[in-house]
Amino acid sequence: MVLGAKEKGKSMNQDNSIPIMPVWDQQDTSRIPFWAYTSDDIHKQELEKLFYKNHWCYVGLEAEIPEVGDFKRTVIGERSVIMVRHSNDKIHVLENVCAHRGMRFCRKKHGNAKSFICPYHQWNYDREGNLRGVPFQRGVKQDGEVKGGMSEDFNTADHSLTKLLVATRGGVVFASFDHDVEPFEDFLGPSMLTYFDRMFNGRKLVLLGYNNQRIPGNWKLMQENIKDPYHPGLLHTWFVTFGLWRADNRSELKMDDHFRHAAMISTRGTGDGSAETTNVSSFKQSMELHDPSFLDVEVEPWWNGPTAVMMTIFPSVILQQQVNSVSTRHIQPNGNGSFDFVWTHFGYEDDTPEMTERRLRQANLFGPAGFVSADDGEVIEFSQEGFEQKPFHRSLAELGGKEIEETDHMLSETLIRGMYDYWRKVMGI
Amino acid sequence: MGTEKYLALTQFYQQYAVAVDQADWDTWLGLFKEDCTYKVQSRENYDRNLPMAALSLKGKGMLKDRIYGITETIFHDPYLQLHMVSSPVVINESKYLIESQANYTVFRTKNDGIAEVYNVGRYLDHLQVSSDGIRIKSRLCIFDNDMILNSMIYPI
Ligand SMILES: [Fe+2]
Repeated sequence: MVLGAKEKGKSMNQDNSIPIMPVWDQQDTSRIPFWAYTSDDIHKQELEKLFYKNHWCYVGLEAEIPEVGDFKRTVIGERSVIMVRHSNDKIHVLENVCAHRGMRFCRKKHGNAKSFICPYHQWNYDREGNLRGVPFQRGVKQDGEVKGGMSEDFNTADHSLTKLLVATRGGVVFASFDHDVEPFEDFLGPSMLTYFDRMFNGRKLVLLGYNNQRIPGNWKLMQENIKDPYHPGLLHTWFVTFGLWRADNRSELKMDDHFRHAAMISTRGTGDGSAETTNVSSFKQSMELHDPSFLDVEVEPWWNGPTAVMMTIFPSVILQQQVNSVSTRHIQPNGNGSFDFVWTHFGYEDDTPEMTERRLRQANLFGPAGFVSADDGEVIEFSQEGFEQKPFHRSLAELGGKEIEETDHMLSETLIRGMYDYWRKVMGI
Repeated sequence: MGTEKYLALTQFYQQYAVAVDQADWDTWLGLFKEDCTYKVQSRENYDRNLPMAALSLKGKGMLKDRIYGITETIFHDPYLQLHMVSSPVVINESKYLIESQANYTVFRTKNDGIAEVYNVGRYLDHLQVSSDGIRIKSRLCIFDNDMILNSMIYPI
């Protein structure tokens, strides 16, 4: 059969070939090519352009390292770093690679240290990352002669650990390999900063613990999951049925000026629900809990209204308030097709024991086993499977139109479109 | 502990494994006391005395809600579980109470898949002995895995 002109003019996304140099062959960001998730080359560029340059990445909470000398090993992108408390008011973040032979010397996940020693040749660094000493720097004396040792011009000051720029705010620690990055407050932008400060308003945080999961999907899918207010009222039966997150809840979608960060803000409805929301198959009218204490919600004054604010700080972290459950969710990529997702749950210093109990109980909704969040990991895995299967294809994010704008409702994929608008600028694609 | 009682204890651990492996949730529920606790917690949280757990259920009501979640509300890839449970170590015992622990390995097999080691750890238990057998007062599953392989749906 001879191809007609129409077939010949098919757009790239119908062509079964993958472009060698990825080009965004879509009109706007309401279509997202699958290769954005499947290309290893794209992934390496993302690490450089999004995680290592120009951005502040999450490393942890001050509450994780309360004492001087306390440290926590974590990652930025795919680079291992150590967050260490140098003094009461000073936290340093250092790259976990010895200046000598490049070994990732810190193996413990957390601990307390006066200094860091690489066991290979015992190079010794202080908590600011300065090289303090090198064994046999001046060689060894033998038969009255000095033998070996480092070169004459070897200067320990030239061989520190890589030191990162650090920003702390409200007990949360961010760091950047890029010492020319804009100030943290500018990075967040005024409206995102307001929501950040709402959750981290200066009260000391209390660490409740971690939940870790390895999700076999591209890391951006997790950002998108929390920029997608369309799915919670459909995928998550619990949210729909108990009105915790539903299409008819009062809600707003907000972004920074670059569209990279976002907040989904929602206020819990009555639970009866309109026909549109209760006709969805995931709504279970007759569902009743044997133990209603899962949903024993107590309104906290700092909420100032919204019962849920889900923030995506691009590229590395999600900040969660879902009623009384508060956590950070750290995105740690490993290759284009997998990431580790580390949930750090916390409370506040003035929480009553009942409130701590409540936060712990509501945590059953979240994390890898959560009534609500377990399915997010699953859908991300299966999305990645679809992308790998036909990398020449594209996904669609057209709910609420093709424009990028803030909204006062949640039936829009505007935040995803916004993120890809920013992504294309930074990636030059 | 007499051999008779130890045999009953061993049998109990294996019955539990059979119930979860067969996804026989009614039997699983029946192995717990009304005011039970059931927790699945990472060794990291446990060793550091941090209260957070992947799953933390108090009372049979919550266990029932979890089963409802598994069977009716949580979307997930179907999978099979296979538990290998070691013979238990008795830590403490009185006439009606046994404190014991046992190691477990859980293999997961997905549709079209091959069995993989999904979760390994130990059960730390407080069990009640009565005329109708052994029931769980509290079961703490402490797992070694630093990362849960995506999600955890079924009880361990
Ligand atoms: Fe979700």
